[in-house]
Amino acid sequence: MSRIGVVTFPGSLDDRDALRAVRLAGAEPVALWHDDADLHGVDAVVLPGGFSYGDYLRCGAIARFSPAMLSIVDAANAGMPVLGICNGFQILCEAHLLPGALTRNQHLHFRNRDQWLRVEHTDTAWTNSYQPGEEILIPVKNGEGCYVADPSTLEELETTGRVVFRYVRGNPNGSQHDIAGVRNAAGNVVGLMPHPEHAVEALTGPSTDGLGIFTAVLAQLGSAVGER
Amino acid sequence: MSDSEKPVLDTVPHAVDTPELAQPYAELGLAEDEYQRIRQILGRRPTRSELAMYSIMWSEHCSYKSSKVHLRQFGEKAPANTRMLAGIGENAGVVRVSDDLAVTFKVESHNHPSYVEPHQGAATGVGGIVRDILAMGARPIAVMDQIRFGAADHPDTARVLPGVVAGISTYGNCLGLPNIGGELVFDSCYQGNPLVNALSVGVLPVDRLQRKEAEGEGNIVVLVGAKTGRDGIGGVSVLASATFDETSQQRRPSVQVGDPFMEKLLIESCLELYDAGLVAGIQDLGGAGLTCALSETAAAAGTGMLIDLDRVPLREASMEPHEVLASESQERMLLVVEPAKLDDVLAVCAKWGVLATALGTVTGIGEPLTIRWYGEDVVSAPPKSLADDGPVYARPLREPADRVLLTADVAETLPRPSTPDELRDTLLRLVSTPNLADKTWVTEQYDRYVLGNTVLAQPEDAGVLRLSEESNLGIALATDGNGRYARLDPYQGAQLALAEAYRNVAVTGAEPIAVTDCLNFGSPEDPEVMWQFAEAVRGLADGCQQLGIPVTGGNVSFYNQTGRTPIDPTPVIGVLGLLPDVRQRIPMGLRPSPDGHGDLLILLGETKPELSGSEWAATVHGHLGGTPPAVDLEHERRLAELLRAAGTRGLLTAAHDVSDGGLAMTLVEACLRYDTGARLLVPDGTDPFVFLFSESSGRVLVSVPRGMQAAFTALCGEYGVPCTGIGVIDPDNRALAVAEQFTVELDELRTAWSATLPALFGAPATAATADR
Repeated sequence: MSRIGVVTFPGSLDDRDALRAVRLAGAEPVALWHDDADLHGVDAVVLPGGFSYGDYLRCGAIARFSPAMLSIVDAANAGMPVLGICNGFQILCEAHLLPGALTRNQHLHFRNRDQWLRVEHTDTAWTNSYQPGEEILIPVKNGEGCYVADPSTLEELETTGRVVFRYVRGNPNGSQHDIAGVRNAAGNVVGLMPHPEHAVEALTGPSTDGLGIFTAVLAQLGSAVGER
Repeated sequence: MSDSEKPVLDTVPHAVDTPELAQPYAELGLAEDEYQRIRQILGRRPTRSELAMYSIMWSEHCSYKSSKVHLRQFGEKAPANTRMLAGIGENAGVVRVSDDLAVTFKVESHNHPSYVEPHQGAATGVGGIVRDILAMGARPIAVMDQIRFGAADHPDTARVLPGVVAGISTYGNCLGLPNIGGELVFDSCYQGNPLVNALSVGVLPVDRLQRKEAEGEGNIVVLVGAKTGRDGIGGVSVLASATFDETSQQRRPSVQVGDPFMEKLLIESCLELYDAGLVAGIQDLGGAGLTCALSETAAAAGTGMLIDLDRVPLREASMEPHEVLASESQERMLLVVEPAKLDDVLAVCAKWGVLATALGTVTGIGEPLTIRWYGEDVVSAPPKSLADDGPVYARPLREPADRVLLTADVAETLPRPSTPDELRDTLLRLVSTPNLADKTWVTEQYDRYVLGNTVLAQPEDAGVLRLSEESNLGIALATDGNGRYARLDPYQGAQLALAEAYRNVAVTGAEPIAVTDCLNFGSPEDPEVMWQFAEAVRGLADGCQQLGIPVTGGNVSFYNQTGRTPIDPTPVIGVLGLLPDVRQRIPMGLRPSPDGHGDLLILLGETKPELSGSEWAATVHGHLGGTPPAVDLEHERRLAELLRAAGTRGLLTAAHDVSDGGLAMTLVEACLRYDTGARLLVPDGTDPFVFLFSESSGRVLVSVPRGMQAAFTALCGEYGVPCTGIGVIDPDNRALAVAEQFTVELDELRTAWSATLPALFGAPATAATADR
């Protein structure tokens, strides 16, 4: 069974939800600790939502330097699938695994709503279970989720198919190009502001559309094993 | 600074030597006779630190000196109950919900700080109630907020409301606690005195219940959490225990500043300490800080303590001992730990990056609480004299002089809409009134998903949480209060609030099992306010006795007035319910049935011409008078049992409480929830206006699949609950249609309903699809 790690930083909040989503997707959830550089042999890593280190200084800016993150950066560069959700996306940007930055929502409020996204590209470790152009309903909840990048980066993201998720039927925070999530060039690292781990059960979520992100990585890992 | 300029440290020997030194007891809120009693207890004048401690512990906020004689009824009238594991007097009540799980919940006020500094006042209100839940051994799993402001269009409301909401949002969201519901009310009576109440709920294994007793001579007293600063000094004695006046705005240093990140770490470290069995006693530091935590833990066990106060980690090195004792710095807990376990405790705290400092030891039974400052005694007092032996007042009561006139001025005779067009206009006016309008502007700022167990949250009647993924055991929670009803009749008003919270829990299919309350009133020194308080408490205690559910804990907030004008008495009642299987919860919104037919709409309970105190009277006529709707708690109990039975048998597809704004508002909310229309028929012999806008209590709108109508009406007969078929869900038309009266498109309703709060408090710019 694939082992998927979820890192708990001081101030992580959705870590238990991410562990649950991993379990419901059929993988073995492994709790990782920010202060431990050992990734315990996991096959993939999820950086969960929350306010790591209180989001003091800047969202994700301190978490980036934790021992666990230094190992994750190396592993990601070697091809390990890494998903950053909300604060995890912010950490990935701070760690330069993903381009751009997340800034204060344009309306200056924290906003929690059920949000439609379009899956723009399915050629990543975390989106291969969706159809290109598929629209999914996932909760968004953040105060600093407005994606920004310089014009040339935006241009590159658009032309190389690296905008993975785009807000549709309304942009909740003012993100440039309605960007909700992006990937790295290799496609193993994906970050998004909305919370797929909150849309994995009909009882508690607005949909179960988020589960596909966690099953996608299992398919990816399974095929990678097959290739060996 | 030379020795001659150094302020003299007021030690115990110094107090003995200078018996006639004038002391500022009145400035600290103590009465002359209270001061004399302190001298009597100590056999000398108090030191400066002792005076600070007594003024805090004997304040209204800590000692409940004006309310105690009334609150006793909650114990005396409590129905026999086998669920309650901890009750009034503890940090929060604890009720058993299964063989191995218990739930703790409590609602508390943070009214005065939130007026002075809305953001921090409200934020630390959330922080404080969450620590109460944590202190019982529970993991906090949700919060709710009950917030009341002056007129929605008053300029000061635009100052206070956004700050309060942002404070609740920031603190609760950063703690990772879903906000599952609450109340937002506007009324000019709260203009100079907004109410900010917050509820938290937690879950614990039954055997993890914690105690506050500082037992075991030789045990170590450990302070855990944030450093202590000068914030919040005098919070309870000055802010919470006196009436507001023009200088209130200058009291900002009395408001604490919160750090939710520290509180999150405090939660995780305390839970790890509990699970490792490392804690002998624990108490949170809230209002009254170290003073309260030290004296209450010692008093509860009957022990003494020897504390070296200079060990307390400080934010400001220049703080004096009385300031350290009075500080209300947030995010702190006091632990009592066996010496052999101290190192393990310090290690767990270090893992989470939380400061932990041994301050001293527990001494023998009957010993004093002795506090040293760099080796010199600054406090030596019996802990019980601080915590338990404060003054108790049976304050004079007087029925308000205007009550006869107020009661006679009924709303039932006010001019009513009668034509279909007038009824339609009235509906549109009510849906857009701030008290009934869409609350999304507020609730969207709260995280309702975190922890992944939120089954229902606002705008549902009650929040529903899953406790166990294995068994699907869950709880429902609702709070209600209606200041207008309580102003007209505090006894009945308290019971109406209880009945509504009880019903809001029941409509989800849950069994109501326990009650918490936050009693917001004016000055207890005003006999008319005290009468309102006594009546409300009597009403609540009688009501709980009749419904067979206990009050497990709560909070009293007095002095909610500006100058001589008190707020409307506002008892806020929270009811906890139990759902054996959360998958069977009943939602509030109407939906098309799978077979394409519209389910039937049935109204439970009886509609009478009851309009006094109603939202209609307030909105349309600016009127408050008459007698509030009648309460029939026996009916409420049967109604709850019926809903539970029907829910278990799968007879209901939706259920929504009828309250403010009457059936019309209930229908609007139920239709807009999932954008589904409905067609209604006014029952024969009923005045359409009364049918739509009366606020008769004990009513619920339900939707029943067509094939199940007979079974459901038979069940209603069995439980003795009146039921009336009033219409059908209409999946084909997105409109609310009342036959022979009017039709309103759902789009028109939604526009009117959802535009109000953004127009008042700023529409968040839904920016930038433009740059594409």
